[in-house]
Amino acid sequence: MKLLIVDDSLIMRRAIERSLARTRFKEVRTATNGRLAVEMFDRYQPDVVTMDITMPDMDGLTAVDLILKRNPKAVILVVSALADKATAVEAIKRGAQGFLLKPITAEAVQTALDDILSD
Amino acid sequence: MEETILKIFARSITRYFAMVAGGEAVLGTPYLSAENESVALDFSAVIGITGSHRGNIYYTAPREKLHALLPLIGEVTPDDRLCAELVGEITNTISGNAREELGGGFMISTPFVLEGGPLTVHTAKDSTCYILPVTWNHHRSRVLVSIQQNLATS
Repeated sequence: MKLLIVDDSLIMRRAIERSLARTRFKEVRTATNGRLAVEMFDRYQPDVVTMDITMPDMDGLTAVDLILKRNPKAVILVVSALADKATAVEAIKRGAQGFLLKPITAEAVQTALDDILSD
Repeated sequence: MEETILKIFARSITRYFAMVAGGEAVLGTPYLSAENESVALDFSAVIGITGSHRGNIYYTAPREKLHALLPLIGEVTPDDRLCAELVGEITNTISGNAREELGGGFMISTPFVLEGGPLTVHTAKDSTCYILPVTWNHHRSRVLVSIQQNLATS
C-alpha cells in the first residue's frame, strides 16, 4: 500500500513515517503543503493520505476537498493540533475518514490508520 | 482574562511534555516581560493569532533542551535544523491545542522560526506579554503569551 504524508513540519513527517514500522505501507511519499499534496495525489495515487490542516500555500481542509473531488473514495486521516471539536467535525464532514490530534504517538498513528483502513 | 489564557497555555504545554517526553513539565510563576528584556534562548518560534484574539504566541528553548527532547521523538542525531523544526512544532501544537478551550475562532498562523537572539516580542496593541517558565528534565524554556481578545469579533 502507498501512503502520502502531508505536513509542513519535517519533525511531524518523520514522526509519522517512523510510526509506520509495524504497518502495511511499503511506499511512503511526503508533501509540505496542500497544493503539493494535491499534485502528489494525482501523480502518486496513494491508498491513504495523512493531512495536516495549518500549512502555508494551501491548508489541509482545502486539499481534502480537492483530493475528494478527484477521487471520492480517497482515504484521508487528518492529523492536526487544532483541538476544537468543530474542526474535527468539519474535517469529517468534508470527507476525511479520521481525525488524529497532535501531539501524536506512534501507537496513536498506527491505531488511527488501522481504524480507517478497517472501515 | 489573562489568567484564563495563561492557564490554557499552561495546560497545553504540560500536555505536550506528558505525551511526547513522557515526563512532567514544571511550570513557574508567569511574569510580565519587561520592556527591552532579552527573552530569547537558542531557538524560538512565533505564531500569529487572529480571529477571536489577536497577538502572538512564542516558544523559546536552549539547544541542550532540544537535544535532550529530540531522541525521545525518535530523532537520534539532533542538529540545529531539527532544533528549529522542533520549536516550530511545539509552538504550533500548544497554540492549536488551545482551541479546545478558546474555540475555532482562535486562528493560528504557521510558525516562524528564529535562531538565536535577540528576540523582539511583538505585543498586541494595549496588551502585555507574559512569560511562562517551563522546566523539563532540568532544562528551562519559555512560553511567551501576548494576546488579547479581539473585541471587533466578540
